Amino acid sequence: MAPISGSGGVRVKVEGLRRTFPGNVAVLSGLDLDVAPGSFVALLGPSGCGKSTLLRLVAGLDRAESGHISFTPTLERPQGERAPIAYVFQDAHLLPWRSVLDNAALPLELTGVSKPERQAAARAVLDQVGLGDATDRFPAELSGGMRMRVSLARALVTHPRLLLLDEPFAALDELTRGRLDDQLRALWRKLGMTVLFVTHSISEAAYLAERAVVLSRRPARVVLDRTLELPVERSASLRTEASFAREARLLNEALEQGERW
Amino acid sequence: MNRSALRAAVPPLVALVVLLTLWEGTVRLLEVPRWLVPPPSAIGAVGAQEASSLVGAAITTGRSALVGFGLSAVLGVLVAVLLASSRMVERALYPYTLFLQTVPIVAIAPLLVLWFGPGPRAVAVSSFIVSLFPVIANTLTGLRSVEPSLRDMFRLYGARRLATLWKLELPAAMPHLFTGLRIASGLAVIGAIVGEFVAGFSEGTAGLGILVLGAYRQLRTDLLFAAVLAASGLGLVLFGVVSLTGARLLRRWHPSAQGT
Ligand SMILES: Nc1ncnc2c1ncn2[C@@H]1O[C@H](COP(=O)(O)OP(=O)(O)O)[C@@H](O)[C@H]1O
Ligand SMILES: [Mg+2]
Repeated sequence: MAPISGSGGVRVKVEGLRRTFPGNVAVLSGLDLDVAPGSFVALLGPSGCGKSTLLRLVAGLDRAESGHISFTPTLERPQGERAPIAYVFQDAHLLPWRSVLDNAALPLELTGVSKPERQAAARAVLDQVGLGDATDRFPAELSGGMRMRVSLARALVTHPRLLLLDEPFAALDELTRGRLDDQLRALWRKLGMTVLFVTHSISEAAYLAERAVVLSRRPARVVLDRTLELPVERSASLRTEASFAREARLLNEALEQGERW
Repeated sequence: MNRSALRAAVPPLVALVVLLTLWEGTVRLLEVPRWLVPPPSAIGAVGAQEASSLVGAAITTGRSALVGFGLSAVLGVLVAVLLASSRMVERALYPYTLFLQTVPIVAIAPLLVLWFGPGPRAVAVSSFIVSLFPVIANTLTGLRSVEPSLRDMFRLYGARRLATLWKLELPAAMPHLFTGLRIASGLAVIGAIVGEFVAGFSEGTAGLGILVLGAYRQLRTDLLFAAVLAASGLGLVLFGVVSLTGARLLRRWHPSAQGT
């Protein structure tokens, strides 16, 4: 089995990003954000403020009217190389007609990797997310948490240097969500990619991220940009500590402030 | 599962027996002439007596219907893919596909005879015209039903147009496609029989449409009923085969294909 190794993270620099939707809905009007390579950044903000819009722009799925997004090292990829950006949606969005293995291998299939190679890679990531013995099952036979883990495996299979997650675990129950949080953080520490994690959960943001960026309501502006003063090693007990409570309170205050902007 | 199948089969069977008994009784009691409404017993008797010609006719009609249905399935999916390829194309062409749904097949059947000659070819084309629209309409709905996020994911990984069609849009459209095929299977038989009314005269075994016409001319109403039953039977067989194929293919993934 091929071991997965990280390819390191990229720096993401967003400058003066502007996006207005038809009907003059200004969602972003000059947003700046600088994300260090290999860092784990949580993005918080009231719903409808433009978090998904920002993620889509960074992924290249949408175009801004003005502004600039740059990656260092650059993400221009030579023909045939693996996709450097991965995106995890709120729902798992698996292809129901494909097995778990073939779902996880899809990104490699689309970028033209040979069958044995992509299946080996898919097996390796499925092992990483604890689904090594579910490779032949179909999405309809899995629980919500398992589907989300397949989705995560599919995102990681290309060894992305930037991982974008848009409220990925929001639809799961608390316990499953906590497990996935732990798994995600462990994978990040092991692989070292840059992570942009959108969530509306303050405690999830504080638990996962090194840095939290709180956005105001539309058009999104940065209300708070804070490096969390929390240990690198995190486990469930952290949630009851004073340092955690303090970070959570700060984030909460910033969110409330952002609602009023 | 067998028990529940049995439970499902009992009520319609009871209804059938009651209906047939009522029919038989009424016709005998009121002494309705046989050429007007034959009793079920007479229909059964003539059905047994003419079994071989009925089966032969059903095979002839079934062949034409299969060709028509096959053409509809292949061309219907192709047209749907073409229409789905761009909004412009869809806007330009979709109104004309509606024409297929409203065309009075009896009225254009003579035209088909002129173009294709009397015989199974014209009959198959009639079957094709009648069964094409539901395949186009349902497949198009299916192709359009793809989740936007899945399209985004395919774009993110730089999937080509053909790969997106083949690996995302067509599989996602399968449940809708099979809905279209099920509707088309019944229509294909109807289209073949209507086609035979006009175009079915030629060498070889006559189809059910010809049998119906002949029985009508001779006022053999019991044979006419038997032929009509054979025609619905033929439609049911085609419908059943298409349904089962769909259910097998979609077994592992689509909720609507799992329950039954
Ligand atoms: N394609 C679109 N067309 C028009 N308006 C949109 C579109 N996408 C998003 N919006 C609007 O932009 C705003 C921000 O959306 P989004 O980025 O999804 O918010 P968030 O993810 O923070 O909840 C919302 O008010 C939404 O209605
Ligand atoms: Mg959103």
